[in-house]
Amino acid sequence: MAIYPASTPHSERHTLSVLVENRPGVLARIAGLFARRAFNINSLSVSPTERPDISRVTVTADVEQVPLEQIIKQLNKLLHVLKIVDLDNTDAVERELVLIKVAANETNRSDVLEIVRLFRVRVVDVHPESLTIEATGAEGKIDALLGLLHDYGIIELVRSGAVAVTRGPHALSEKVVGSEIRGR
Amino acid sequence: MVSPTPLQAFSGVQKAPTKTSKQTLVDGEKMTGAQALIRALEDLGVQDVFGIPGGAILPVYHQIHDDTKFRFVLMRHEQGAGHAAEGYAVATGRVGVCIVTSGPGATNMVTPIADANMDSVPLVVISGQVGIDSIGTDAFQEADTVGITYPVVKHSYLVTDAQDIPRVLAEAHYIARSGRPGPVVVDVSKTAQVGEMYYSWPQKMILPGYNPTTKPHGHVLREAAKLFEQSYRPVLYVGGGAMRSNAGAQVKELADLTDSPIVTTLPARGIVPDSDPKVLGMLGMHGTLAATAATQKCDLLVAIGARFDDRVTGKMDAFAPAARVIHIDIDPAEIGKRRQPDVPIVGDVAEVLDALNAEIKRGQAIRGATNLKPWWNLINSWREKYPMKYDEETPDGTLSPQWVVEELSRQAAPSTIWVSGVGQHQMWASQLIDFENPHSWISSGGLGTMGFGLPAAIGARVGSARDFGGKKPVWLIDGDGSFQMTSEELAAAFIDNAPVKIAILNNSVYGMVRQWQTLFYDKHYSQTSIQDGENTEDIVNVPDFVKLAEAYSCVGIRATTQDEAKAAIKRANEINDRPVLIDFRVYKDAMVWPMVAAGQSNDTVTYKPGVQPLLHNDTTDSGSDSGADEPQNDTDHAAVADGATAAEQSKE
Ligand SMILES: Cc1ncc(C[n+]2csc(CCOP(=O)(O)OP(=O)(O)O)c2C)c(N)n1
Repeated sequence: MAIYPASTPHSERHTLSVLVENRPGVLARIAGLFARRAFNINSLSVSPTERPDISRVTVTADVEQVPLEQIIKQLNKLLHVLKIVDLDNTDAVERELVLIKVAANETNRSDVLEIVRLFRVRVVDVHPESLTIEATGAEGKIDALLGLLHDYGIIELVRSGAVAVTRGPHALSEKVVGSEIRGR
Repeated sequence: MVSPTPLQAFSGVQKAPTKTSKQTLVDGEKMTGAQALIRALEDLGVQDVFGIPGGAILPVYHQIHDDTKFRFVLMRHEQGAGHAAEGYAVATGRVGVCIVTSGPGATNMVTPIADANMDSVPLVVISGQVGIDSIGTDAFQEADTVGITYPVVKHSYLVTDAQDIPRVLAEAHYIARSGRPGPVVVDVSKTAQVGEMYYSWPQKMILPGYNPTTKPHGHVLREAAKLFEQSYRPVLYVGGGAMRSNAGAQVKELADLTDSPIVTTLPARGIVPDSDPKVLGMLGMHGTLAATAATQKCDLLVAIGARFDDRVTGKMDAFAPAARVIHIDIDPAEIGKRRQPDVPIVGDVAEVLDALNAEIKRGQAIRGATNLKPWWNLINSWREKYPMKYDEETPDGTLSPQWVVEELSRQAAPSTIWVSGVGQHQMWASQLIDFENPHSWISSGGLGTMGFGLPAAIGARVGSARDFGGKKPVWLIDGDGSFQMTSEELAAAFIDNAPVKIAILNNSVYGMVRQWQTLFYDKHYSQTSIQDGENTEDIVNVPDFVKLAEAYSCVGIRATTQDEAKAAIKRANEINDRPVLIDFRVYKDAMVWPMVAAGQSNDTVTYKPGVQPLLHNDTTDSGSDSGADEPQNDTDHAAVADGATAAEQSKE
C-alpha cells in the first residue's frame, strides 16, 4: 500500500493549501509531519491571511496520490490545522516571486534586457557586472525565464515558494466556522 | 495580533506580549496560576494524580494540601508516574493525570507519552517549565518539552500566561479523552504558575480545528451489512479501539448476529469473554493457530478499532489475501493507512456497531441469516487440532513458565486485573490467561515498553481502589528483565498502599530476544543473559528478588517447584495489605509458540517446531489430515528460521 518515501522523481506535482491557527510552533508541527514521512517538499510558504488569527501555508511537492492522502489525513489530525485543500491547478492561480542576479556586462547587457522586456519582468538593481531581476509568475514562466538567463551565468537566485488561490469569489477561510480565534 | 517572525515560530514562544489576554476577564476569583491549575483539576473531577515534584513545578505542588480533592500518588521515577497514569486510565476508563517538573522530569516522561500515543491511552501530562524570560536560553533544567514531544502526542500546549491555565486544562482533558484518545502535554512556565489571574469555571474551549466524527454515515452501514450477507467466511478482527470505546457488548452482538468468529489483537484481549465459543483468541505473530488461520482464510475481514500492526498482519501483501475489508475506526487517518478497505466507516466503534447491528437485523428480517456451518467446522477443526499447548516438563527441572501463567489464572479471582511487562511472559499471559472481563488486561502493545508493568499495575490498583473499592485484585506478570527497568516503584507500591501481586517469570535471560537469537541468529546469545536467576559460584541471584521485595517492605517468595508455586500463589492471593512478589524460577529456553517470523506471511505460522499447518494446506474440514501434527520433513524447522532477517540469511 503506502509507498515510502512519499516523493519519487516521477510523482505528480501537487499544491496543498493549509489554513492554520496563527500560533507559535504551528509550522514546526506541520514540517515535522512532512519530514517523518519522507515527503520531499518542493516549496513552502507561510504568511498571515485576510484574517489575522489564521495563517495560510502553501506547500508544493511531487508526491503520489496514496501517500498524499495519508499526509492530508495526518495533517487534519493536528489541532491547529483548520482546513486543507489539494488545489486543482486548472482552477487556481499560482504565483512565485524570484530574484535573479545575472552576470551581465556591457557586451551582453542589452541581450539580457531584451529578455526582461519579453517576459515583462523588472530589473531592480544594476551594476557594471550584474543585473538583478525580479520576476513573478507561475512555475512554467519562471522556469522558462531561468532557462534563457542560464547562458549568461546566474550568480545568485532566490525563490519565494509558490502561493496560490482558487479562482472565483470565494475564500478558503469561509469554510472555517466560528469566530476569531484568540488567547492561549 | 503580531504575527510571529519565522524564528519565533520555531522557538514556540511568543515574544511580543499578546494584547488579547490582558484586556478581558476581570470577573472571577483572583488567584495565582498554580492555584488555578489545582482548582481546574478538581473542577474537572480528577481524583488521582501521579508524579514527582521539582523546582520548576514547585508553585503548583505548593498548592496541593490535605483538603485538595484529588489523591496524589508519589512515584519514584517520572516514567513510573506516566505508566501508572496509563494503567489507571485503562483500568478505569478515565483520563490519567501526571504532574512533573521541567527538564529531566519532562524528558523522563517521553517514554510513557509515546506509549500512550501508540495505545490511544487518555493522558494529561502537566510539566513545569522555566520562566518565560529564560525560555530558549539553556536555563537550568530547561528542555523544549513541547518540541521533544511533538511527534508522540495527540496535542500539546506551552502556557505562558496564568489566565490561560483553566481553559487549557479543560481543553487538554477533553482532547485526551474524546475522539481517538491520546496523551496531551501541558507545559506550564513558571511565569504562568506564579502569575495572577481570575478563575472562573466552566471554561469555554476554543478548538476550531478539532471535530472528531463519532456518528457513522448511513450508506456505508448498508454496504457493510450487504458484505456480511454475501460472505461465507467472515472474521471480526477486534483491536484496542474497541476497548477504548467500551464496545464489548456491541462486538458480541455483532458476532452473535452474524455468527462470526472474533479474533483480537493484544490490547483487545478480554473484550468478549474467552469462555464465549466465538472467541478464537489473539491473532498474528504469537496468536492462536485458529485465529491466525481463520483470518488468512476469511472472505470478509471486519477490522474494528484495529490498525493492521505488522505484528498482527505479518507480510502485509499476504495478509487475509482473499478478504474484502470493512474498516471501522474513529480516526480517519487509520483507514486506508495499511490496507484499502472496501467499506470504510469512520466513527466511534460502539456507536457504529449499534447502528450496524440494527442494519443487519433489518436485512436478516427479510432475507434470513447466512449459514456458516462449513466455516465453523473448519475453524473448530483447527481449534481441536492446534490448541494452545506447551511442555509442562522442562529439561532442567525448572518450572515451565506457561504452566506458571496457567496456574496463576486458575487460582485468580475472576475480577482480577492482569498487567504485564514486555517479552515472552507477555505473550504467554495473553495466550494462557482466561480473560473474562474487558478492561482487565493492561499491557504495552504498540510501543512494547519494558518497565511498563510494575508502575502500570500500581496505577491499576489505585484505580481499583477508587472505582471498585479495591475489590479487583491486580496481578502483574513480569519478566526478570522488564521488572528491573522500573523496580524502584516497589517503594511507591508499598508506601502509597497499592498492594499489587507480582509474578516474575525469572528465566535469567531476556527471553524474547533470546528466542530470536535461537531461531534467527545462530544461537549466538549476545548480551541476553542477565544472570539474575543464577546459582553459580560467582553469581548468586543478582538481584535477589526476594530480598529486593523485602527491602521495600513487601513480601518476597521464591518458587522452584510446582508445589512451591501453588502454595506461593495461594499465599499471595491471601495477602492484601502489602505488595507480594513471587520469583518463579522458570526454564530459560522455553519458547513462545505459535510463531510467525517477522516480515513473513501469516501462512507460514509455525504451530510448534516443524509444524506449519497453513503451508501444508490443512484447510479442509475433514479432520482426516492426520499427518499435519507430525513434522513433515526435517527442514520444516528451518522454514521458521528462513524468516525474518538478513542476519540469518548468512547462516550456513
Ligand atoms: C525499553 C525496552 N528495551 C528493549 C526492548 C527489547 N526487548 C523486547 S523483549 C526483551 C526481553 C524481555 O525480557 P524479560 O523482561 O526478562 O521477559 P522474557 O522475554 O524473558 O519473558 C527486550 C530486551 C524493549 N521492548 N523495551
